[in-house]
Amino acid sequence: MALASRDFRALRLDAIGRAFGAVQALREVTLTVERGEFVALLGPSGCGKSTALNCIAGLLALTEGSIWLDDRRIDPLGPEDRGFAMVFQNYALFPHMNVRRNVGFGLVSQRRPKAEIARRVEEALALVRLGPQADNLPGQLSGGQQQRVAIARAIVVEPPLVLMDEPLSNLDAKLRLEMRAEIRRIHNLLGCATIYVTHDQDEALSLADRIVVMRDGAVRQVGPPEELYARPAHPDVADFMGYRNLVRTLVHPAPGGVAVTVAGAELLGTPVAAATNGAAIVAIRPEDLTPSADAPIVAVVASAEYRGRDFAGVARAADGTELYFRAETRVRPGEAIRLGAPAARVLVYAAT
Amino acid sequence: MNSAAPLPETAAPRAVARAAPLRTRLRARGLDGVTLLALPAVLFVLALFVYPFLYGLYLSFAPAKGGALANYARFFSQPFLYDTIATTLLLAVPVTIVNVAAAVPVALRVRLMRHQRLLTTVLVIPITLGTVLVAEGLLTYLGPRGWVNRLLLDFGLSDRPIRLLHNYWGVFLSLVISGFPFTFLLVLSYVTGIDPSLENAAAILGARARARFARILLPLLVPGLAITLALSFVQAFSVFPSAVLVGAPAGATRVIAIAAYQAAFEQYDYSMASAIAMLMAAVQLLIVVALLMLRGLVYRGPAATGKG
Amino acid sequence: MWRNAGFGERAWAFSVWLFTGFFLLNLFALIAAVVVDSFGTHWFATWLPAGFTTRWYAMVWNEFGLAPLLIVTAEVVAAVTVLAGLIGVPAAYAMARREFPGKRAALLLFLLPLLVPPFTYGIPLATVLYRAHLAGTIGGVILANLVPTVPFVILIMMPFIDQIDPRIEAAARVFGARTPRLFARILIPLFAPGILSALLLVLVRTIGMFELTFLTAGPSSQTLVVALYYAVFAAGVRPAQSIDAMAVVYMGTTLVWLLVTLRFVNPAQIVGRTGP
Repeated sequence: MALASRDFRALRLDAIGRAFGAVQALREVTLTVERGEFVALLGPSGCGKSTALNCIAGLLALTEGSIWLDDRRIDPLGPEDRGFAMVFQNYALFPHMNVRRNVGFGLVSQRRPKAEIARRVEEALALVRLGPQADNLPGQLSGGQQQRVAIARAIVVEPPLVLMDEPLSNLDAKLRLEMRAEIRRIHNLLGCATIYVTHDQDEALSLADRIVVMRDGAVRQVGPPEELYARPAHPDVADFMGYRNLVRTLVHPAPGGVAVTVAGAELLGTPVAAATNGAAIVAIRPEDLTPSADAPIVAVVASAEYRGRDFAGVARAADGTELYFRAETRVRPGEAIRLGAPAARVLVYAAT
Repeated sequence: MNSAAPLPETAAPRAVARAAPLRTRLRARGLDGVTLLALPAVLFVLALFVYPFLYGLYLSFAPAKGGALANYARFFSQPFLYDTIATTLLLAVPVTIVNVAAAVPVALRVRLMRHQRLLTTVLVIPITLGTVLVAEGLLTYLGPRGWVNRLLLDFGLSDRPIRLLHNYWGVFLSLVISGFPFTFLLVLSYVTGIDPSLENAAAILGARARARFARILLPLLVPGLAITLALSFVQAFSVFPSAVLVGAPAGATRVIAIAAYQAAFEQYDYSMASAIAMLMAAVQLLIVVALLMLRGLVYRGPAATGKG
Repeated sequence: MWRNAGFGERAWAFSVWLFTGFFLLNLFALIAAVVVDSFGTHWFATWLPAGFTTRWYAMVWNEFGLAPLLIVTAEVVAAVTVLAGLIGVPAAYAMARREFPGKRAALLLFLLPLLVPPFTYGIPLATVLYRAHLAGTIGGVILANLVPTVPFVILIMMPFIDQIDPRIEAAARVFGARTPRLFARILIPLFAPGILSALLLVLVRTIGMFELTFLTAGPSSQTLVVALYYAVFAAGVRPAQSIDAMAVVYMGTTLVWLLVTLRFVNPAQIVGRTGP
């Protein structure tokens, strides 16, 4: 029988790796996911996050490492023996079965009594608000409804772990926001663990208890959303978390922290990972770089677009550095401005 | 939600994890239970196609009497045998050229039709019925009392029945009737694979029909045509039933397949029969390789001049 | 499509249609001649026979032993169709879903029996079957007919399986389906249209497969088409009309199945192309 038991403490990935021929798609990933936790695997396409998810599901064999559910090693098991549930990117509903049979598929596999299957399917369909569509085929449903079927099919088996592979990427913007709230609501209700793969940092920030940022098949940083947002540990992560201004420069100690030279001007910054002297990379979010009369950086506006609440602009300094900034009042191309950022929001990394 | 500190991420059983089991390593290379599903088919084709071929090759070098090359020496010293190659080529080459030359213009027209299905369905009939039935049909239709001769006599186009059977032309016609639809359907599938917007683009740029054919369609069709020619040729080259039934199996249409059949089933000389079958395969292979090499030459040409 | 076609172009189009029409006319006339003759009493220097009768069919039934012939044909065709499906479909599944070392070689292996004409490999194949004492038996005929049909099923099914999202199977696995249930509940229902087309094509091709059956069959394991060949070959032994009646029986058998097949498949697939 499957391992479908919710009474587990943690899923542990121990240095797992996966190679496709000479290509190492996943390397040395070590991670523990606790019961009830919502973990997002975040990274650009090709970073290995989907490979990691497929390895956890059992759809891909590992080439290194092992996977443990408490003290049971599960990586030699096939996907059908792990008892997990998965929501696929394109939903992967069974096209020849109606909604009810799609949702009940996992329970039939577990050979549950008919009455129990019927009851639990009804409950799951009610939970995703799909009761009236129970007898439709997937092809007759809208994208959002198919998504709900896929979620119902996953949660009805009461799995210890739900795996989600970019489940919202095929939906339009409005529906995506609705389903995002829905997924979190259902997760809170059921209390299982969820591993959620996405390339959308907003999605990861709003849904996850912890975010795992991946790049080139390896884990770059693990932490709660607030920490990743405010303190990315690596310039790569900063880049991915929306720090659009990344400038190579020099750093030196200054009273109350460090100072860096950006576009010919000196800025006070906050060192990350002991970067206090020598070559450095400075990371600043556009939202934190704003014009004011006494700001240190002198630049000329190259372009600006209105974004509703504010203006998003690009300015070019005398040395050619391009800086992304935000302004509350209209700025026009060609206009000379002075830009600055608070020291706490100027992150300084040692250049490698 | 759960914001407790994660468990320590050092793992005790790492030593165990290092030694991946053989099954896991095989799975990582794509070898698992699913891959094994291909095994019966592979073994079947090896046993009943590759092995007989190799066995036939071996057998052809092991004649009942004489040295290893005795069969081949005999084949190439007796006109009765070696002439079959020329006889077969004399049938297969013109038939292939006629079929492909007719199929290309028809396919290019049919491509523009909206209701192709009826025509393709009708043309599938002679392919499905096969050469034996076509031969029997020709015997009735082209015979001295058949409709064709009736027409010629009644309209005074001829004063006696013309002879279309039991000679070269009977086999030729039977190979056109079953071969043209086959060639046509192949060419049509290649032609419909060409994006019609390419031809529209050429037309907008001022290319007339002949230029569109020569500079756009033909270069794109060449790879498919080479394969069509090759397949049509090997089919015509291995002609057997119509060469016997509507040809002159002892004379003008004594094709190589007849020689192989007689060696095997009339003289029970399997060694000689194998040798002839191997020669048959060799001639086919030679022509196919030549066609594919020619395609390589032709295909590079237009790609270079296309820029001019 | 090109409305402003010039005279030359229209003349060309006209001659192309003229050729096609001429070909089709002769094709129909050829088939019609066989059918008319099979119902004719005597047919000499006239456009149509002197009278019509069905006695040639009775003769075929009695003298040719049509009943046993039809039974053997049905047995061979049914066995080839089922076995080609059982061997070919799983192989096509493995070929479509897995990348493994040697896959290109396997693909070439499956292409060869379709590219090499049956008469060329039929002779060595018949020799091997004779050595194995299988030639002349129904089993031998079935084995020989499987040589081109197993690869045919594989090459028809591979693109069909390819276009079905593998994540559907992944979902079935994740939700606990083991291999038997995966096949019964997911794969077979999803692949059914493709399997149906492939097997119908195999059926039609096997009814019409002359060369391999001819080279491997004995007197008791002949199919309809081989018996027709022998009847035509020994023309003069029997009245020509009875041979035509036999041809009509063969034609009817084939065309009924062809019509069934064409309800499900594109005619281009009969020649082995697997495109749309």
